[in-house]
Amino acid sequence: MKRSIVMATALTVTWSLPAAAQTKDANAEFEKFRAEMEESNPAELFELKGEELWKAKRGPKNVSLAESCDLGQGIGKVEGAWVKMPRYFADADAVMDGERRIVWCMTEKQGFKFADIAKKPFQGANDNNAPDITNLVTYVASASKNMKFDMPLHDDKVRDAYETGKAMAAYRAGPYDFSCNTCHGADGKRIRMQNLPNLSSPEGALRGVQGWPGYRMTGGVMLTSQWRMNDCFRQQRFPEPKYASQAVTNLIAYMTGNANGQMYKGPGIKR
Amino acid sequence: MKNYIVTIPAAVAVTALLAGCAGGPSRSEAEYRQLALDTIKRDFQAKGQAKYERLTADELQQACNAHANNPPPELAAKLAGAQLATVKLPADDKYLGDWKSGEKIAQSGRGFTWSDKAENPAGGNCYNCHQIGPNESSFGTVGPSLLGYGKTRGNSPEMQKYTYSKIFNAKAFNLCSEMPRFGHAGALNEKQIKDLVALLLDPASPVNK
Repeated sequence: MKRSIVMATALTVTWSLPAAAQTKDANAEFEKFRAEMEESNPAELFELKGEELWKAKRGPKNVSLAESCDLGQGIGKVEGAWVKMPRYFADADAVMDGERRIVWCMTEKQGFKFADIAKKPFQGANDNNAPDITNLVTYVASASKNMKFDMPLHDDKVRDAYETGKAMAAYRAGPYDFSCNTCHGADGKRIRMQNLPNLSSPEGALRGVQGWPGYRMTGGVMLTSQWRMNDCFRQQRFPEPKYASQAVTNLIAYMTGNANGQMYKGPGIKR
Repeated sequence: MKNYIVTIPAAVAVTALLAGCAGGPSRSEAEYRQLALDTIKRDFQAKGQAKYERLTADELQQACNAHANNPPPELAAKLAGAQLATVKLPADDKYLGDWKSGEKIAQSGRGFTWSDKAENPAGGNCYNCHQIGPNESSFGTVGPSLLGYGKTRGNSPEMQKYTYSKIFNAKAFNLCSEMPRFGHAGALNEKQIKDLVALLLDPASPVNK
């Protein structure tokens, strides 16, 4: 009860902010505001829903993820799993990021159809609720709060995903000749007033993986790294990366590898 | 004794080899570039106006991709000539359009994404990356500041022609520039580019006040 009151307050406060935007002062103001907001991040609401979903018997096979899904730390174990992914999963013979792994568990263990999950995997600005997968991701990510990123880069398969992701980030094509690195390959760059993290640096990569899953005040939606990659390619003027594909895992592996050793603060909050 | 001396370096070599395998990349950069391309071609799909063909790098993009944006001189010279040859100069030999209209084009970030309608005109996206006019404080820093562009460079016919050509195809002057080839890509038409040239060079434009 107390929690929901905090949540409601947080939501009201946020909506007056984005209009201000656009100046350096506003940026500083927002950073201060965000630091305060982290104490009562609306993401908690999505974590709670995700926890219920994780423990509930669901899907055609009527099993819970808690009793069937191995995120790399043993069946049902979520503590510390998020910061140790992407990792190699022998049962799927693939390197998977957290969201992709949960989707795999939903299809392989619970019997959901991939096409049904992939049909609308992200919360839209007009949607009241986030998709189940977003809630699950938020729950799993929150269970690594205040732990250090520790993606197993020493594993050759993970290393291949990382190096392939690095090469993907440099790949220029499309009508504007853009790559990921056009915006995210150097320090101190901005698009308009939006600061762009340099994903090749430990600090920039941390900003990348710290942000998502994150609660986005504009629109009041919960969004994941899979969404962030998708929308980056939209702005890059590329075609769309398929949901929960190896391509997206590789990019997340590149960022997480560069962020390794630094503290994850739990689901983020974004303008 | 002899054997003992031989085995130590061998053990060191084996250890170093194992460390190399466990710690670093197992393939060459070129192999990872190919893997990246294969992955992109397999895992991306057309959406809206962003057709699948956009994934295929053209000759210039391929050269920049293969050489970390720094192709060897001979290749670079050949490609730079080809890029310059794409620039279509205005038939009327006039380069200065309307700077007010240019400001609007510079402000617009629309165009070419899968959520943009293909039939709508694209914007110049200029403020996304450049400081330009003194009254717009929300500007990006991916490209250099263009405030005072004409004031420092003058307004000669050569400068007008260069500025037009640069916007039409930035790669003709800086081969692997981050700047899109707006004319070459079909994003901006002749009139729009002239208006942008005016925004940058017209003495009456706020950029030069």
